Amino acid sequence: MTGPGNPTPSGGPGLSRGRVRLRVLGRRSAPQPPTPATPGSTRIRVAGLRVERAGRPVLDGVDLAVRAGEVHALVGPNGAGKSTLLAAASGDLPAVAGTVEVDGRPLGGWSAVELAMRRAVLTQRHTLSFPFAVVDVVRMGRAPWTGRPEQAHDDAIVAESMRRCDVIRFAARPFPTLSGGEQARAALARALAQRAGVLLLDEPTAALDLHHQELVMRIARDRAEAGDAVVVVLHDLALAGAYADRMTLLADGRVRATGAPAAVLTAPLLSEVYRHDIEVVPHPRTRLPLVVPRRGPAHRTAVPEE
Amino acid sequence: MTATDTPPATDTPPATVDAAPQDARPGGTRRAALLLAGLAAGLLLVALLAAGRGQVAVAPAEVLGSVLHRLGLDVGPRPAAPHGESALWLVRFPRVTLAAVVGAALGCSGAVMQGVFGNPLAEPGVIGVSAGAALGAALAIVTGVTVLGGWTVPAAAFAGGLATTWLVYTLARSGGRTEVVTLVLTGVAVNAVAGAAIGLLMFVADESGVQAIAFWNLGSLAQASWSAVGLAAPCLAVGLAATLADARRLDLLALGERSARHLGVDVERLRVRMIVVTALLGAAAVAFTGIISFVGLVVPHLVRMVAGPGHRLLLPASALGGAIVVVAADLAARTLVDYQELPLGVLTAVVGGPAFFWLLRRTRDRAGGWA
Repeated sequence: MTGPGNPTPSGGPGLSRGRVRLRVLGRRSAPQPPTPATPGSTRIRVAGLRVERAGRPVLDGVDLAVRAGEVHALVGPNGAGKSTLLAAASGDLPAVAGTVEVDGRPLGGWSAVELAMRRAVLTQRHTLSFPFAVVDVVRMGRAPWTGRPEQAHDDAIVAESMRRCDVIRFAARPFPTLSGGEQARAALARALAQRAGVLLLDEPTAALDLHHQELVMRIARDRAEAGDAVVVVLHDLALAGAYADRMTLLADGRVRATGAPAAVLTAPLLSEVYRHDIEVVPHPRTRLPLVVPRRGPAHRTAVPEE
Repeated sequence: MTATDTPPATDTPPATVDAAPQDARPGGTRRAALLLAGLAAGLLLVALLAAGRGQVAVAPAEVLGSVLHRLGLDVGPRPAAPHGESALWLVRFPRVTLAAVVGAALGCSGAVMQGVFGNPLAEPGVIGVSAGAALGAALAIVTGVTVLGGWTVPAAAFAGGLATTWLVYTLARSGGRTEVVTLVLTGVAVNAVAGAAIGLLMFVADESGVQAIAFWNLGSLAQASWSAVGLAAPCLAVGLAATLADARRLDLLALGERSARHLGVDVERLRVRMIVVTALLGAAAVAFTGIISFVGLVVPHLVRMVAGPGHRLLLPASALGGAIVVVAADLAARTLVDYQELPLGVLTAVVGGPAFFWLLRRTRDRAGGWA
């Protein structure tokens, strides 16, 4: 819900023209476009979620609430269920028990297009079966708005998204020829071009260098400032601590802790969950938490076998 | 604080933008129109040439003249050769038209299949249309059923193709979803079973039956007629229209099923629609000509190299390209050896197979693989 692409109720008669035209064309049950969310309202609500894979629970009793205007980081060790939670929240995995609601309505209550107008998803893997140019890939993000007044802004939004993600230089190149990090940024640009009010990002920084990690988290931060709800799966706890409003720490398919970064990023909790001796020290200038494994002097320590 | 105080809708307004990313657009449409016009002109040329060649030779200008006269335009020369007019209208034109329709159906269905599977190596044969259709035809030949008169074998081929496709699709589904790998492997298994069944039927059949099945398996346009055209052309029209309506959604499918779904595509329904359409296109093509391989594989591939992977251009261009290839291949099959007709399916495979290998390597190097 964002961007000039989406008419607000106060958008005036000019913006409603396109909808009238659609009705004349006889489009049956036109998808219901999103209305602007009140800042702080809950946009994603997960309650008592249980997801199974091959009969084994990979998530159990998970609750999550993500509000408009906040960056919510999902952290935890490998296999904790972060990506599974994100996939379940985006409707890719069926829930054995529990509910997932977007804007107060269960996932199944929205059509695919209505859901696409409300939430964008960046998956961990960026596959592309055919060598589309980067600009065409980013343009795919505009698909939910096809045939609607928002379509008028397609070119501008696509260019803006590419500029934000620093991929405009590659606009004309085939997506498969980009490096992993460049692909990740192009995929993020596509998700941004969707202009959905909820952004679900699965490890958007995984393949990125330090500069681009900060760039991507800055974008997430800006989206939240603009009123979007942003969920980010992250491995870098310090990065999460620096940019997230709230964090949820998962372990073994359950929520271990949730709250402000300062409450979640504590040495005893992290050491237990990650099964590694971890220190949390404030940055000398910014006071932001730095999370570091406790190490001895470099190149002398043998890594203990697990 | 209300929503109107701080509209979430106001982050950086993308009003001013570098021109860079848009430049591909207008030029792109012009290029697309140019490509389609070029292909259409090429098809017309090949068709005029093909209609003129054969035992009764008619010059391309006379072929054009004959068509224009029929349309009520008194322009151009009429065929000078004795029986030229009847050779054109009773034998050549139905054959060339059917070749064009069959080629267009094969090219288009190949492009759709590759889009649905997200794999440039998929083709209608993969999901069992060809094998099922061949089995249907073989069954009709061996059992000697003639309920529908001359239409029995084509109808049986059509039914076999549709049934096999549906069977493959049902077998490959689990939990309301279809894994692409499962679908392809199920297609492979069904193809194998259908192949074995055809072999068994040939074993059972008498000599004329064996010949008929073999002829059908090799692919030929020798039995072309206006009535065959009348049945195949509507199938092509419906199939082409249905695929064009879904062209944008097929583009999104390239991102993978998950991402396509996130962008608002009802992936399951799209897949069912497209599989029915492919079965329609594939079976309609196969029913009157037998198995003509590689057209559905190579043509979309070539088009993609020239025009890029976008389906709005790929689908019509593949249809036109397929039509050109089959008309030209049939011309070659008829005329390469005097008084003999080479099997069309064998010809396309002999040329198409190596060409495909070459394309494969080249594209792989250039596009950085297919993931």
